[in-house]
Amino acid sequence: MKEVVKRGKTIEEAIEAALRELGLDKDETEIEVLEEPSKGLFGLLGSKDAKVKVREIINPGKKAIRLLKEIFNHMKIEVNIETEESEGYTKLNLIGPDLGILIGRRGDTLDALQYYINLAANKNAEKRNRFVLDVEGYRQRREETLSKLAHRLADKARRKGKDVVLEPMNPHERRVIHTALQNHRDVFTYSEGEEPFRKIIIAPKK
Amino acid sequence: MKELVELLAKSLVDNPDEVFVDVEEGDKSLVLKLSVNPDDMGKVIGKQGRIAKAIRTIVKAAASKEGKKVAVEII
Repeated sequence: MKEVVKRGKTIEEAIEAALRELGLDKDETEIEVLEEPSKGLFGLLGSKDAKVKVREIINPGKKAIRLLKEIFNHMKIEVNIETEESEGYTKLNLIGPDLGILIGRRGDTLDALQYYINLAANKNAEKRNRFVLDVEGYRQRREETLSKLAHRLADKARRKGKDVVLEPMNPHERRVIHTALQNHRDVFTYSEGEEPFRKIIIAPKK
Repeated sequence: MKELVELLAKSLVDNPDEVFVDVEEGDKSLVLKLSVNPDDMGKVIGKQGRIAKAIRTIVKAAASKEGKKVAVEII
């Protein structure tokens, strides 16, 4: 992990110089004062600079946002990042014009970006953070769509008395469907097959 | 595109100074050849190539804006 030792007339000046060199914000570091400054006699004799040691502490939340901004810069798209702390995870909502490119086919790109950020932002971190990425509520809309689909197909399974097989979905989407139907009176759900072709089956209760 | 692949790889590896990307540019295609320190191979490929796949997906999205076909090879 990066660390530097810096001197300055005051402790603040020394810290500032160190942060500039590291390219970090204060809350991404641990600061140790090695030597207090002293003015000396009448500010003339024996004055001594302050000396501090500044060490990087990975702050996954800050790192995630910085990385995303750099990525979007390279992609030449304008994105605002809204942060929302939830229990057990941090939600990063991406806002801007024309962000369909960040969603991709069925959220492929969004999932890839989310997976990547979770790895990169937590690298070397003492305390890991889980990140959920969303583009202007795409995930929530998708969840609603999936939940509606689940109920429609559950109805079909019940009417025909036959299993209904869904198309392959990723773990997150499967969970949405399982959850939507877990207390259903007439059907139960299970998954079959290997990733990435694992799919849900909705079966009528006998 | 080269810088994007470099950024993505550098944030995952233990030896960011040894991340190199070579570019082979055609009319409509772009091949980006990524090389890292042998010890870092697993960090850019991942179990069952999951990390490599994520990198490719992100780079493809970026390239689609420029209307180019792009391939990321890890060598």
